[in-house]
Amino acid sequence: MGKLLEVKNLRIDFKTYGGEVHAVRGVNFEVKQGETIGIVGESGCGKSVTAKAIMKLLASPPARYKEGSITFNGKNLIEASEREMERIRGNEISMIFQDPMTSLNPTSKVGVQIMESVLKHNQISRKKAYNHALETLQLVGIPQPEKRMEQYPHEFSGGMRQRAMIAMALVCQPKLLIADEPTTALDVTIQAQILELMKDIQKQSETAIILITHDLGVVAEICDRVVVMYAGKVVESGTVLEIFQNPEHPYTKGLLKSVPRFDMDKSVPLSPIIGSPPDLFSPPKGCSFYPRCDYAMKICKDHDPEPEDVGNGQITACWLQHSMAKVMNTHTATNVGGGTKR
Amino acid sequence: MTTDVKNVELDDDSKKKVPLVQVKNLRKYFSVGKQKLKAVDGLNFDIYEGETVGLVGESGCGKSTAGRTMIRLYEPTDGEVLFQGKNIYDHSEKKMAKIRRDIQLIFQDPYASLNPRMTVEEIIGEPLTIHGVVKGKEKKKRVEELLKLVGLSPEHINRYPHEFSGGQRQRIGIARALALHPKFIVCDEPISALDVSIQAQVVNLLKELQKEMGLTYLFIAHDLSMVKYISDRILVMYLGKMMEFSDSETLCNEPLHPYTKALLSSVPIPDPTIKRERIVLSGDVPSPINPPSGCVFRTRCPNAMEICSSAVPEWKEQKPGHFVACHLFW
Ligand SMILES: Nc1ncnc2c1ncn2[C@@H]1O[C@H](COP(=O)(O)OP(=O)(O)O)[C@@H](O)[C@H]1O
Ligand SMILES: Nc1ncnc2c1ncn2[C@@H]1O[C@H](COP(=O)(O)OP(=O)(O)O)[C@@H](O)[C@H]1O
Ligand code: SF4
Ligand code: SF4
Ligand SMILES: [Mg+2]
Ligand SMILES: [Mg+2]
Repeated sequence: MGKLLEVKNLRIDFKTYGGEVHAVRGVNFEVKQGETIGIVGESGCGKSVTAKAIMKLLASPPARYKEGSITFNGKNLIEASEREMERIRGNEISMIFQDPMTSLNPTSKVGVQIMESVLKHNQISRKKAYNHALETLQLVGIPQPEKRMEQYPHEFSGGMRQRAMIAMALVCQPKLLIADEPTTALDVTIQAQILELMKDIQKQSETAIILITHDLGVVAEICDRVVVMYAGKVVESGTVLEIFQNPEHPYTKGLLKSVPRFDMDKSVPLSPIIGSPPDLFSPPKGCSFYPRCDYAMKICKDHDPEPEDVGNGQITACWLQHSMAKVMNTHTATNVGGGTKR
Repeated sequence: MTTDVKNVELDDDSKKKVPLVQVKNLRKYFSVGKQKLKAVDGLNFDIYEGETVGLVGESGCGKSTAGRTMIRLYEPTDGEVLFQGKNIYDHSEKKMAKIRRDIQLIFQDPYASLNPRMTVEEIIGEPLTIHGVVKGKEKKKRVEELLKLVGLSPEHINRYPHEFSGGQRQRIGIARALALHPKFIVCDEPISALDVSIQAQVVNLLKELQKEMGLTYLFIAHDLSMVKYISDRILVMYLGKMMEFSDSETLCNEPLHPYTKALLSSVPIPDPTIKRERIVLSGDVPSPINPPSGCVFRTRCPNAMEICSSAVPEWKEQKPGHFVACHLFW
C-alpha cells in the first residue's frame, strides 16, 4: 500500500499571555492508503493540535508551525495556500469531532449541508448531489433518509447527529478521515453503533482513518497501527498487536496496565502511572516521562532519547532501547527517576 | 477484606444484619412544563455496610437523580430511603443536618465542583465549619491530615483549585467529602472526567479509604470494566427503572437481562486478539417523558415479545441474590 500521509518532525507552539506552549514537539508518523491509525495519549499531549495541523485548521497566531513537514499525496501541506487547503478539506481530507455541532450548521437543513459539501467540490447537478447525499445518509445507517434530509441538526438525537456528521465527512469520498474522539461523548451502546459503522467504512471504502481516542479498547478493536503520544511527542508506534502485546516504552506499558481487565482480581490494586504530565510551557530537557518513569536512569534526566526501530516496524523513543543501554541495564542501571513502584 | 463480595452474599450473619441503606420503591419525577419526567421510577435495593454497589446505565437513565435523592439533595416523589433503619425523609431539618455528616457526595466534574475563589483549606474546611466541628488551628490541622490522607501535600493548603490537575482536584473533592467521617458516600462518576492513568489512582485511593474507614459506596459510572473492578454488587438501570441486580462477577459473567448483555458486549476490550460478535442495539434511548409501555427497554430489545409492550415485567429474584426484570424469566 502506498504512503498517503507523512508527518515529519512536526513542531508547533502557541503564543499565550503566560508564554509559549510547546504543544507539539517533534511528531513523526505515517499513514498508508486505506489503513486505520490510532493516536492515543493523555489529555493535553497534543493529539488534537496534530490533527488540526494536518487540516491546517490552527489559527496563526497564536499557533506557529515551527518546524517539520506534513506530506499528503506528495505535497507539503505546511506550504500549501489557503485556497489549496480549501480544495483539500472536506474533499481529500475530512475531519470529525467529538461534538458534531462543531461541523453541523444549526440553522440549515442537514440535507442541504451535505449537498453543499458535494457541490463545492464536484461539478454536478443539484439532483445528482441530492441523490449522493441521500445514499451517504443511508450508508451511515440513518433510517428514513428522505425525511432526515429535510430536518435540522437539533431534530436529530445524539447518535444520529454523530452519523450525520460522519455522512458529511464521507460524502466526497476523502482519502483520509481524521476522527478526533468521535465516540468519547457517546454512551457505550451508541459508541458500539458508531464503531460498527467505522468498520463498515473500512471495508467498503479506500478511506484511511486517523482515530484519536483515549480509549485503548477502541484502538484494539479497529486500528491497524497505534501512535502513542506523550507531552507533545510520539514515544512509541507500531502495529496494534505489537503495541498491546510487546509494548517497549514505559509509558505505553503504564497506560496498558492502568486499565482494569475484565477478568482482573479485585483484591489486586490497579497500577496507575503516578504523578501527572509535564507543563508544556517549559518541557523537560531530557525524557519527558522521566519524573513518572519506573525505569528511569541517570541519562534520561538531561538527554532526550531518539526514536529507535526495535523491530517489526515498532519505533520506541526510550534510552532502554539503546543498544548500549540494553547491555548496561542488566548490570549497572539504577532507578533514579521519580517513579516508584507501588 | 471487609468488602469481599462473599461476606455480603454467603455469610449468614451479614444476611441477618440490617443493611446500612435500604431503598424502597423510590421515585423522583420532575415537572417539565405540564408533563412529568420520570427520572427515577421505582428503585428497590439495599446496601450493606462496607459494601460498594455499582450503579450503571446510559446517560439520562436516572443515576445521578437516584444518588441525589438517596442523600436527600432532592425530595422524593414517592418511596423511602432507610439509613441505619430510619427513613431519612421523615427526619426534621435539625435531625437531617446531623445525618448529613454521615452521607456525602463526590461529584463527576473536578473542574466545576470546586469553588475557584476558595483555597484548598477553605474548600476542605467548609463542612467542618458548617457543622461546627473544629475551628482555627484545629481546623487547619484537620485539613492537613485530610490532604495527606488523599495523597496530597499539606503544603498545598493555601492554593486555589486551578493550580491543580484534574486528578488532584478530584482528590480535593474526596478530602472534602471525608472531612466529617461519613459512613456512606455517593460517588457520582468520580473518574469519568479523568485520564485512564489517573482514573486508576483515584480508584485505588477510594478502595484504600474504604478499607481504612469502613466506608460504604454507591459508585455511579458508565464504564463497566471499572465498575466491575470496584463493586461488590451492580445495579443496572434503564429509563429510570431497575433491569438487573446481582453480585458483580455473576452480573458480568452470567448476565440475564438483554440490556445487561448488550451493555457488556458494547464495552471495547483492550486486547486486539479478542474478536467477538457484538450485540448492537438499534436506535437511541426513548424520552423519559413518554417512556414505552410495558417493558421500557422493548423498543431496543433484540428479544422483545408481544407481552413486552402490554405488561411491565416483574422484579424477580431469579437465582438467590440475582434479580431481573424481564418477561423472558417467568
Ligand atoms: N489555541 C491554543 N492556545 C494555547 N494553547 C493551546 C491551544 N490549543 C491547544 N493548546 C495547548 O496545546 C497542548 C495540546 O493540546 P491538544 O492537542 O488539544 O491536546 P489533546 O491531546 O488532549 O487533544 C495543550 O497543552 C493545550 O493546552
Ligand atoms: N433538575 C432536573 N429537572 C428536570 N429534569 C431533570 C433534572 N435532573 C435530571 N433531569 C432529567 O432526568 C433524567 C435523568 O437524569 P440523570 O439522573 O442526570 O441521569 P444520569 O445521571 O443517569 O445521566 C434525564 O432525562 C434528565 O434530563
Ligand atoms: S527509561 Fe528513561 S528514556 Fe525510557 S521512558 Fe523512562 S525516563 Fe524516559
Ligand atoms: S421484558 Fe421483553 S422487551 Fe423487556 S427486556 Fe425482557 S424480552 Fe426484552
Ligand atoms: Mg483533544
Ligand atoms: Mg449523571
